[in-house]
Amino acid sequence: MTEKVLMKGNEAFAEAAIRGGSRYYFGYPITPQSEIPEFMSRELPKWGGAFVQAESELAAINMAYGAAASGGNVFISSSSPGIALMQEGLSFMCSAQVPIVILNVSRCGPGVGGIQPGQSDYNQVTRGGGNGDYRIPVFAPDCIQSAVDLIYEATDLSQKYRNPIMILADGMMGQMMEPVLLPEPKYVPTLEELPKARPWAVTGTKKGYRNVINSLYLKPEQLEVSVENIYEKYREAEKELVKYETSGLEDAEVVFVAFGTVARITREAIEILAAKGVKAGLIRPISLWPFPAEAFDHLSPKTKVVISTELSMGQMIDDVERSVSGRCPVRLIHRVGGIVPTSLEVVDHAMKILGEYK
Amino acid sequence: MKQIFKYTEGMLPVTTHYCPGCTHGIAHRLIMEVLEEKGQLETTLGVAPIGCSIMCHQYMNIDMMESAHGRAPAIASAIRRVHPDKTIFTYQGDGDLASIGIAEIVHAAARGEKFTTFFINNGIYGMTGGQMAPTTLIGQRSTTSVDGRSKELTGMPLKVCELLATLDGAVYIERVALNTPAHVRQAKAAVRRALDIQDQRLGFTFIEFLSTCPTNWGLTPSEASDWVKDKVIPYYPLGIYKQPEVDK
Repeated sequence: MTEKVLMKGNEAFAEAAIRGGSRYYFGYPITPQSEIPEFMSRELPKWGGAFVQAESELAAINMAYGAAASGGNVFISSSSPGIALMQEGLSFMCSAQVPIVILNVSRCGPGVGGIQPGQSDYNQVTRGGGNGDYRIPVFAPDCIQSAVDLIYEATDLSQKYRNPIMILADGMMGQMMEPVLLPEPKYVPTLEELPKARPWAVTGTKKGYRNVINSLYLKPEQLEVSVENIYEKYREAEKELVKYETSGLEDAEVVFVAFGTVARITREAIEILAAKGVKAGLIRPISLWPFPAEAFDHLSPKTKVVISTELSMGQMIDDVERSVSGRCPVRLIHRVGGIVPTSLEVVDHAMKILGEYK
Repeated sequence: MKQIFKYTEGMLPVTTHYCPGCTHGIAHRLIMEVLEEKGQLETTLGVAPIGCSIMCHQYMNIDMMESAHGRAPAIASAIRRVHPDKTIFTYQGDGDLASIGIAEIVHAAARGEKFTTFFINNGIYGMTGGQMAPTTLIGQRSTTSVDGRSKELTGMPLKVCELLATLDGAVYIERVALNTPAHVRQAKAAVRRALDIQDQRLGFTFIEFLSTCPTNWGLTPSEASDWVKDKVIPYYPLGIYKQPEVDK
């Protein structure tokens, strides 16, 4: 039975993870997502799962690996500097083909930075902040409902690809409240069912064969085969996981590209621009990797400029430029330091930029 | 003819990569023999470290996973949440456990995690070619302490059994050696005690094996055994550092 309730973002994210089938959470407190470990410590035992407060993000990500590699459904969360500490485990799990769902309720950087919303993790999460060749599919919701839906589907997706799946929310989404429709809880295999449900997992040799989960390959030829193998999955992901939303592209003079909270502000800016007689469109990437380059094929010849709107010094803009591929100029509207621009501020900036191309 | 000895099924019939005189092979076999005797080979999950024994999953005939450097206790803690019914262990060297992974082992012990850690202390980084470890003895030569480890420069060697014994979550802690046949027999008995206590899920259990690294110590295998007797055991005394109240 689905139900509509008013929830704080972080709690809704955690509830969605449980309903999506996650039963194990390992975390270390960090603002602005500490409600998630608090919620999980209360709720997971009721679902037959477990919560462990780890001694560090390093321990948390490696706990996540241990539980997932032995067949458990794992959801973890952290925020930007904590995600940086977790890169060791993310690289390891991609190599060892171990599935988890990880939520980054991002804040502003660099360094310890601040605790206000930021999007300067774009490169960290889409390029892989760890060592070696690997990819992590990343999805960016723009409201609590879209986060709930993405997190709910992420467990199955991670098991299908046997790879971490990341959801990139931001501090604003984590801290605000919105009404959400909670989906029905999914079935989770029991301990007895694990050897069949997860035939690759470390569950003991009673199943009739021996499993070793590893990321070390001392022979270069074997490592090359292993890396090529995981990239076969990533090529499939590039076809299957592209997700985006567009509006008003047909006759837009200016097209904004924005994800997350910024996409909502940009939608409002587009309405204000329309009232001023300026036709503006929006491309909202939902999958940040794979980046929806195909969305830019719908750009109109009338479009004079594409504006990447970001809470960073311009990180997504590299992907935007690659996707626009010289069809028109690409500019940036940005704020950093945890400052979120108002829709009017975006409108003012956009009008100035547009003035240069009239 | 009556068979009086059989190689344990807990070890795969392959040649290990360990150097002559290294005691990793003995430790592997003791653990696997005990698991076989307890009938737990099929229900044991092991975590391999980074270090010389990273390939131990190619020798131990059980389900295993590799760990990032030092993180095995975090991994095993999580496996326990998913598998309350299994026997779980980590196998770790002294660089892995006492240096980069000291936070993970201390907190796993403090939480009273219900798995067993087998700790191989040979006082040196073997895999990377003989650098100083937290457990290297004062005066001992390594490639990063060529004149011998100096107390002034690097402090004193870390005594892990003594450290973990201060934690209430740890219920069984014993240090054994592998340098003589008598010590090997005692080590096997210690492995059994630790795994029996794990069966009771009383808390964290830990066995430290004083081991040899003839290659990086620059000694022959027999000289290395003598070094354990003359230098290592006097600094790291053998014995039980902690055991459940009922056993006292």
